[in-house]
Amino acid sequence: MHADPAGVLTGAHFFDGDHACCEGALAAECRFVAGYPITPSTEVVERIAQRFPQVGGIFIQMEDELASSIAIAGAVWGGKRAMTVTSGPGFSLMMEHIGFAIMTETPCVFINVQRGGPSTGLPTLPAQADMMQARWGSHGDYEIIAVSPNSPQECFDLTIEAFNLAEQYRVPVLVMMDECVGHMMERVVIPKPEEIDIYPRRWTNAPLDEYLPFAPDQDMVPAMARAGQGYRFHMTGLTHDEKGYPDMTVSGQARLLGRLTDKIKKNAIALTDVVSDQVDGAEVVVLSYGITSRVAQKAVQMLRAKGRRVGSLRLRTVWPFPEHLIRDLATKVKAFVVPELNLGQIVREVERCANGTRVVSVPHAGGTVHDPAVIAQAITEALR
Amino acid sequence: MSVENPVEKYLRIDRMPHIWCPGCGIGTTVNCFARAIDESGIPMDRLAVVSGIGCTGRVAGYMHVDSFHTTHGRAIPFATGLKLAAPDMKVVVYSGDGDLFAIGGNHFIHAARRNLDMTVICVNNLTYGMTGGQLTPTTPEEAIASTSPYGNFEHPFNLPYLAESCGAVYVARWTTYHVTQLKKAMKEALLKKGFSFVEVISPCPTLYGRRNRIGDSLDEMKTYKTRSQIKNGAETKDVDLGMGGPIVVGKFVDRERTTYQDAMEAFYARKLGDRYARASR
Repeated sequence: MHADPAGVLTGAHFFDGDHACCEGALAAECRFVAGYPITPSTEVVERIAQRFPQVGGIFIQMEDELASSIAIAGAVWGGKRAMTVTSGPGFSLMMEHIGFAIMTETPCVFINVQRGGPSTGLPTLPAQADMMQARWGSHGDYEIIAVSPNSPQECFDLTIEAFNLAEQYRVPVLVMMDECVGHMMERVVIPKPEEIDIYPRRWTNAPLDEYLPFAPDQDMVPAMARAGQGYRFHMTGLTHDEKGYPDMTVSGQARLLGRLTDKIKKNAIALTDVVSDQVDGAEVVVLSYGITSRVAQKAVQMLRAKGRRVGSLRLRTVWPFPEHLIRDLATKVKAFVVPELNLGQIVREVERCANGTRVVSVPHAGGTVHDPAVIAQAITEALR
Repeated sequence: MSVENPVEKYLRIDRMPHIWCPGCGIGTTVNCFARAIDESGIPMDRLAVVSGIGCTGRVAGYMHVDSFHTTHGRAIPFATGLKLAAPDMKVVVYSGDGDLFAIGGNHFIHAARRNLDMTVICVNNLTYGMTGGQLTPTTPEEAIASTSPYGNFEHPFNLPYLAESCGAVYVARWTTYHVTQLKKAMKEALLKKGFSFVEVISPCPTLYGRRNRIGDSLDEMKTYKTRSQIKNGAETKDVDLGMGGPIVVGKFVDRERTTYQDAMEAFYARKLGDRYARASR
């Protein structure tokens, strides 16, 4: 199905990433946002607050991030597409409800405009230091989908993609922005509504007395009901059976966790979204994501100008991690170079999949982007 | 001859028996609630029950309506999203004193301030039952709990006073001894537009009554009978609870305030005129 024209500002704009993210949500038919102000994500909800009353959306500024992150779940079960938006400490507070959305298979989107941490850290300055928190931050075992835009245009595009993946797999999807892409202004082109694909909610059409709210379809994802349709369904964050009733047994836990993780793991290849550049025949591949990919590009160009065969692999989907690509590349390249605005997070995934091929981390504690010369130096050493 | 239990259709009979201890008051409150729904005339398909975590948090799972067992303390913000998204639903938050007023206290005061159109029912058994009888924000001074083994020296909340101060439009308190009045209060709360609040003083013989030498559930009923004073319209500042002394019960507040949703829609219509697009279901 295509986007509702009411929410689509077709045309070329000059937006920062936060505003582009807001417009992506609108184009994706998000009509409920609960948020709490926090730098550097606040501009997303400020624009939502201004735009929503004119497109039939509801924005509510909640009392904290705990409230915001579960109000969206309530709205989803009331029939809306919904998201929340936060940064740094707010993301920490939302962890429980990422797990709740996983367990209750509530399709929703969490936007995290990353800033330096831990704690209050660097409220106005960039980092990419929540990447492992995105993967593992809520308690318990689970799989998650997280995307990482590197421009305002991608803040628009990947926010739509996040909503579509959330509906397809019935999971929370995390949009891992950072202060730089959130606040940089660039050209953003919004297509016509009929050019924007929207994955529709997987509404059940089961007869009222036959509906099992957590019985999966063939692709492991159950069809959904909303409050008020007469299904009188139950949902719980407890381990549950197909009826949604608590089933706190060893076998019930194994069955439910197996399905909740398999529906992502077994689609990891389909979920892979990378941009490869001159990877074939490369001696060294630079793996990056988000704002760092744009700095890394400069470093890659510096080395190519000297005639070196340097490839670039940029992750647009970070989780699930594209293991198969790394395992394959590891047999062909001399080394991987992994710059990121943290002290070494995604590099651990690369090491895990590199099967002994050299992996060079280019860490940065955050506050600004890398100096391209530092990345170029790391590539030069990796080429030796 | 079989006689139909009038409450049965409101319960998920396939989930019985429930998990509550013998003598627990939660089942009594559910019985009153089912009868209140019945008398309210609210269609079952238009009613949603949202619970947090704890013994009372299990109520949602036993009600045969759309029901949501959420996270600890967060039933009210979940219900906020649900109600705003589905305004044709009557949304009831049904949870315990620890869930609603310790971990969830911030959400209670803001939902009351906003006057969200929902009913909050608090089964106040003065303790955390599910985790083994710890101190809650409503545990009376001197009371023994597993985390106040020498007795409680904290000042407890007076829930009706808190609810009224924050903006609730309907506030009542009864005990599980007062089943007729409780059912009536629940019905009034269900039919009241805006943020309505019913506190039910309820026995936890296993973890609270035993430690505090109240005896079994029947003994607790007897204390409710002797200690309760019905004072409709009482000043909520005067209804705090102690270990002994009166339990003031009754309907304390019944007033009108514009609800969050009505205020929002009227405000945007006035400010934006034709540019305002009301949210559709």
